[in-house]
Amino acid sequence: MNLLLDLALVAWLIVLAIHVARTGDDRNAIIAFIAFGLLLGLAWTRLGAIDVALTEAAIGGGITGLLLLRAEAHLRRGRQAGSAPRKASGATSIVAALASAAIALGLGLAVLAFPSPAPTLAPPALAAIDATGLGNPVTAVLLAYRALDTLLEKVVVLLALLGVWALTPDHLWGGAPALKEANPPQPLLYLARTLPPFGVLIAVYMVWVGADAPGGTFQAGSILAAMWLLVMLAGLRPAPETRSRLLRLLLVGGPALFFAIGFLGFAVAGGFLAYPEPLAKALIVGIEAALTVAIALALGLLVAGPSSKAPAP
Amino acid sequence: MTPLALAPVHVATPGGYLLVLALTLPVIGVLAILAFAPRRARQVALASMAAGLAVAIAILAELLRTGDALTYVVGGWQPPLGIALRADGLSAALIAMTALVISATGLFARGMQDLSPETRDGRAATTFWALLLATWSALNTVFLGEDLFNLYVALELLTFAAVPLVCLDGRAETMAAALRYLMFALLGSLLYLLGVGLIYGAFGTLDIRILSGLGDGGPALSVALALMIAGLLAKAALFPLHLWLPPAHAGAPAAASAVLSALVIKAPVFLILRLVLDVAPPEAAAFAGQLLAVLGASSILFCSVMALRQARLKLMIAYSTVAQIGYLFIVFPLASGPEGTPPWETIAWTGGTLQLVSHALAKAAMFLAAGVVAEAFGHDRIAGLGGFGRALPLSAAAFGLAGLSLMGIPPSGGFIAKCLLLTAAVINGHPWLAATILAGGLLAGGYVFRVINTALASPATPLAVQRPIPRRLEMTALALAVAAVLLGFIPLEPFGLLQIGRSGLATAVAP
Amino acid sequence: MSSAISDTATLFGLCGAALAGIGLFVVIAHPGLLRRLVGFNILGAGIFMVFGAVARRGAAAGLPGDPVPQAMVITGIVVAFSASALAVALLRRLFDLTGRESLEPPAAGETPRAES
Repeated sequence: MNLLLDLALVAWLIVLAIHVARTGDDRNAIIAFIAFGLLLGLAWTRLGAIDVALTEAAIGGGITGLLLLRAEAHLRRGRQAGSAPRKASGATSIVAALASAAIALGLGLAVLAFPSPAPTLAPPALAAIDATGLGNPVTAVLLAYRALDTLLEKVVVLLALLGVWALTPDHLWGGAPALKEANPPQPLLYLARTLPPFGVLIAVYMVWVGADAPGGTFQAGSILAAMWLLVMLAGLRPAPETRSRLLRLLLVGGPALFFAIGFLGFAVAGGFLAYPEPLAKALIVGIEAALTVAIALALGLLVAGPSSKAPAP
Repeated sequence: MTPLALAPVHVATPGGYLLVLALTLPVIGVLAILAFAPRRARQVALASMAAGLAVAIAILAELLRTGDALTYVVGGWQPPLGIALRADGLSAALIAMTALVISATGLFARGMQDLSPETRDGRAATTFWALLLATWSALNTVFLGEDLFNLYVALELLTFAAVPLVCLDGRAETMAAALRYLMFALLGSLLYLLGVGLIYGAFGTLDIRILSGLGDGGPALSVALALMIAGLLAKAALFPLHLWLPPAHAGAPAAASAVLSALVIKAPVFLILRLVLDVAPPEAAAFAGQLLAVLGASSILFCSVMALRQARLKLMIAYSTVAQIGYLFIVFPLASGPEGTPPWETIAWTGGTLQLVSHALAKAAMFLAAGVVAEAFGHDRIAGLGGFGRALPLSAAAFGLAGLSLMGIPPSGGFIAKCLLLTAAVINGHPWLAATILAGGLLAGGYVFRVINTALASPATPLAVQRPIPRRLEMTALALAVAAVLLGFIPLEPFGLLQIGRSGLATAVAP
Repeated sequence: MSSAISDTATLFGLCGAALAGIGLFVVIAHPGLLRRLVGFNILGAGIFMVFGAVARRGAAAGLPGDPVPQAMVITGIVVAFSASALAVALLRRLFDLTGRESLEPPAAGETPRAES
């Protein structure tokens, strides 16, 4: 029964991916991709990874989908009449098909050739978890064992934002991005008024339980970002000016706290990003809370794009 | 469940904290710039540079003092669960090179920004400082990382720092160049990540040191290495994946071009070296080495000819980068000595490293000099620059001295590098590689002398400088070029520093 | 590791391989940059799914999967989103400046536009 469900899921994923490759219309492809993202979330639950499923559904499908849809709408508005979508040349398609088939085949062989029993770090990850005071091993990996990756990845997100902002035309530098839909449809307005309180509640809950159960800073951050985007899209609140000091301090605050606690480890726990044992859980939840705010803001602003209004004098 | 030994593979050394500083200080500067921009951006950047330079020197000193690699285990979590950082002789040399080039570029950028005070606190200027520091952290992480996934994050950090540098001035053609660069870089990262997943599936660890001690990984390891190396080649712009590089490196502002061409491109090359040397099983390494050498030789020949044909100075320098990167890939089949000699004790190893470092210094000098020329005359079309040496003698000198390294003419680091590689090619019986090295030198002579001739020409109407250039700005390029020349005075033998910390690893290359 | 878990993991691992192939095809073959971005995301999803299969195979000590690759996927998803956002911003700017939606030389009928 389960195998049947999995087979259907896999078939749907592949069909949607092929649809993205074949359809002539970008909007069509993006909508297929959003459905793909949601099914992917389902697939992740089948792989026993609830934390990933939450992240994938929120970021992979939801926010990426919104980003791409907005881009498509922008291109559609600006496109001159009569500029037909291009088709790939025959030669390129053949080369691409051969390369992709080779990669998929090699990959498939590699997957089939994985050793059995599979090597795993689950036992050591679980054995060491007491020192962190956490109950969710994924959170322990992200914020303790491999905290350096997470820390650098936060910087990656901020750099992406910096890169997006760098594309602002000079006279608009420091201003606010425009996110509001021209005529927000009623359902959007309704959602934007009703959903956010629940979203915030869920996010706070996720950070809190993320220490011990599935959930955590990324998932909570992306839900907060989605709520914020909803409010901005409906025009209930304007997007902030990118030069705003408060905005910048909140963006930097999470990673800065992460660094600060990391360096504190030199003094009190014998090394960078080491936590003193009795305080480990409190410190980690504190870092997560600050990171959640930073991640939510960064994700929202990445969708919003460079500023399109000159800063208020 | 796991086949891995429980004894720690990485033992933290007393000076290990320096590695953490090398990795974090520039990034902390980025956070500070983001929080306190625009007014403090440049002070923060220059202060970070002073600190970062000091850390790089301290790492080098500590390494020479102890004669052993520096190791740090982040958070005390031993690999494979945790992440280790490690600096051997090669890493330390590259970290020092990076600190030197970044600091020189920073000084140059400061001088350049002072030429137009009205935009000094603007978008391009403040963003530049943050991206420069981020590039620095990313490079140091690449040079220090021992964990393949940590290295993936470092590569992405590098991508996100480097791509916006390309289009800082906002012109449409730089947007297209940046997008093309981003596409190649992302594809490269994803292929690399795919390989990381397969390696984890096969071994349950991503620590390079642990991996080098494990035996044959079967098809998963082969597929993984092929994917990772292919991805890194796209990032390293080796022929025939080089098409994105010339417009990106030539379109960026001069200081950014210098960093991109001198440093950023070296990160994927370094990782390929580590994969081939430390992770690949011997037969696979030998095969990969041959293939990489063929691509490297093609890069040298094809892109040197392309450089000769360019009408614009910066495009010419950018094509020269692809050609010079080619030399780094012909090292692979050459780095074998008499029976049992590990690669890092061969002259080709020293030659390859020297090529990498001297190219970094020389290429940064060239791009900065070209930036001065373009700023002074308002364009960089070589045909329209006749006699520029009279107006900008120091820049012309910097270009010429840097050119020595690219051509491989004494005295220069490039001469020693190419001499060592040539010797290794002859000794190891690779006449076609020897011929390529010589031909590449001649072609480089062609494009360097074309610019020198232009500089020394005396056109009927002398070239008018549109904008006066302060001497200090020209001095930065000259200093880098002189540093490249000075590298030519190191002894012609396997260099001790580069062997520090290598011997503990299983020998993987036996071509 | 029971055989049912192993079967599920292998199935999704193969699915990941197929998705990676399809995504790569779109990235290489499609001239439109927006579609290429969708392709990148599918390629990424396929890669993450291979990680997921690896994690699922590593189910041990009472955990449903090896948490290390799972955590890597979470990191990877955030990085992939950041990359998409940067690429979209670049594409929109390129389009605003030139009216181009692909990196190939502009075809007839696509006239450069003035800066907005």
